[in-house]
Amino acid sequence: MKYVEEFRDGQAVRAYAERIRRLVTRPWQIMEICGGQTHTIVKYGIDELLPPTVRLVHGPGCPVCVTPVGAIDRALAIAARPEVTFCSFGDMLRVPGSRKNLLMIKAEGGDVRMVYSPLDALAIAEANPQREVVFFAIGFETTAPTAAMAAWQARRKGIRNFSLLVSQVRVPPAIEALMEAPDNAIQGFLAAGHVCAIMGTEEYLPLAARYRMPLVVTGFEPLDLMQGIHRCLTQLEAGRHEVEIQYARAVRPQGNPAARRMLGEVFRIIDREWRGLGVIPASGLGLSEAYADFDAEQRFPVGELPAADDHGCMSGLILRGVAKPRDCPAFGTRCTPEHPLGATMVSSEGACAAYQRYRRLTEEALA
Amino acid sequence: MSDIACPLPITDYPNVLLAHGGGGRLMHEMLTRRVLPALGITDSGQTDAALQELGGARLAFTTDGYVVKPLFFPGGDIGRLAVSGTVNDLAMMGAVPHVLSLSLILEEGLPFETLDRVLASIRATADAAGVRIVTGDTKVVDRGKADGLFINTAGIGTVPAGLTLGPAQVREGDAILVSGDLGRHGIAVLAEREGIGFETVIESDVACLHRLVAKLLEAGIELHCLRDLTRGGLASAAVEIAQAGRLGITLEEAAIPVAAPVEAACELLGLDPLHVANEGRMVIFCPQAQAEAALDCLRADPLGAGAALVGRVHRDSPGRVALQTRIGSLRALDMLSGEQLPRIC
Repeated sequence: MKYVEEFRDGQAVRAYAERIRRLVTRPWQIMEICGGQTHTIVKYGIDELLPPTVRLVHGPGCPVCVTPVGAIDRALAIAARPEVTFCSFGDMLRVPGSRKNLLMIKAEGGDVRMVYSPLDALAIAEANPQREVVFFAIGFETTAPTAAMAAWQARRKGIRNFSLLVSQVRVPPAIEALMEAPDNAIQGFLAAGHVCAIMGTEEYLPLAARYRMPLVVTGFEPLDLMQGIHRCLTQLEAGRHEVEIQYARAVRPQGNPAARRMLGEVFRIIDREWRGLGVIPASGLGLSEAYADFDAEQRFPVGELPAADDHGCMSGLILRGVAKPRDCPAFGTRCTPEHPLGATMVSSEGACAAYQRYRRLTEEALA
Repeated sequence: MSDIACPLPITDYPNVLLAHGGGGRLMHEMLTRRVLPALGITDSGQTDAALQELGGARLAFTTDGYVVKPLFFPGGDIGRLAVSGTVNDLAMMGAVPHVLSLSLILEEGLPFETLDRVLASIRATADAAGVRIVTGDTKVVDRGKADGLFINTAGIGTVPAGLTLGPAQVREGDAILVSGDLGRHGIAVLAEREGIGFETVIESDVACLHRLVAKLLEAGIELHCLRDLTRGGLASAAVEIAQAGRLGITLEEAAIPVAAPVEAACELLGLDPLHVANEGRMVIFCPQAQAEAALDCLRADPLGAGAALVGRVHRDSPGRVALQTRIGSLRALDMLSGEQLPRIC
């Protein structure tokens, strides 16, 4: 596969590992913000190739993990309504709300459908004018443009039976929140390539300057990660703090202007709650006034839902990079992908799921 | 920042989920904790078909249900799938398949043209495989109660004297072979069902494997265990065999054949080709010394043209499957957890 195979070249990856070993003179802590990157790191055992003084911590970049339980409870309440066809990305279906998940609503008779794009949900609405079709719009700046496009097209075509349950989030305010946390020990960031392909790097410049921290926009293949880590460490060792683009085959500093325009028209910036992190100011996208008609929360008021209990799951600490999955006493015992206690175990991009899926062998061998 | 808030655990599902039929861990749990104990079955059987001695003959007996949506997909259809799947379950015991039963559950409103096409495919596949359909049943259910057409089949075959295949026969040092590239069937059906257009049409691998097994036996290959790689894919089959045989398995990622369009589709959808279903592929455990001869034998047949040596059996970490990754590190390979759900980005 062009543009993939060359970034999985084992020899090139190991050569970078060697360069990193020669470069590093003291301990460093780097956070990869994106769940896709966490997945690659654990899947390929990239951190095992790094010197022990380089610690990778996993960030809150899994869109499924950070969706708060309240948002999922609202989704479940709306999906259970007889007139509603509820559309969601596949990996959201298994995430537990307070008591159920979307797969259980489906098993109970709810019309819950997995789609690959919000535009597929819009097509379902167009084909079924007697149904109310709701799309669960979650994710970062990567997924937001197509959700915006679906609302924009619905308005242009006059499709009245389509709405969005929006829980979209933005990365830069989350980085700021992590850096401001009193227990923060992160010294450098690998920023998510897909997000920056849309948004560019402009929002990251003030963050790098304020926190004197290098920020390298990185791709998702093993060699991407190794190069991103190498660039980040090179800056740290030299005392520099700049925004660099490793993922140059997809990211330009200005991002994708058309996608950004679409976001600006359909959404507005709002405060948003993140699972495990609480409310982060200006970290969310909500529908703009012009698109208020497409807000599923307005169309299907569900009232106040009882808050979920806290069962001691550590996913909040894991999402902030303060703890690793193996630090959790429930990891792999009470909490497994089949019976997840928290979102980091549910989502395939969650750090706990990645550890559970790929690490058990080595951890048992080490035990 | 606020305190941590997490959802209540969902540890016990009150209803059956689709994932309980996904061939992964949830299905495994449902069978071992609920279905088998309820039926008073203590030997859970780690083989594709039951081995029965009746009247001096060694018989392999199997049954299977087919509920694929859509009924027709690139490279096959539900009829061909039903015959091949049952023939393959017998073939994985080393059996020569002879007779099948055919039970049709038809949905009110199904066009006869569709039924005729499926029946023609069943007949063509059975004729080509050399099996006869000797008994059957037909039911019609209300509109909306079936996806057009469900099929249930059972099959009986004879097992040659002295031949016993299964996880218990797997030995330390065995070579692990696959008969061809992986993931075609799952991706072909998914692409057709979900209307995802890929640049290259990916065709299902659905096929009967009994003649390929017969050729291996004729070539004098000492087969220890065969498994057709249906739901759950190579990963789930390897884990099941490792656990049942109480041995360790290491697979080489770089050696596992996956066609470029399948690999690209899996990348796009966030699926692992090692967990994707196949309907005309098998994994073969045989002595290392015979691996080359087995590969030659497989590759001489169109159904085994893409055969490859993908791993080995050892004593380390019994019950576990390790994958040697392309970049040289080692990671655990596990059974599919529920269904594979395409990721968000």
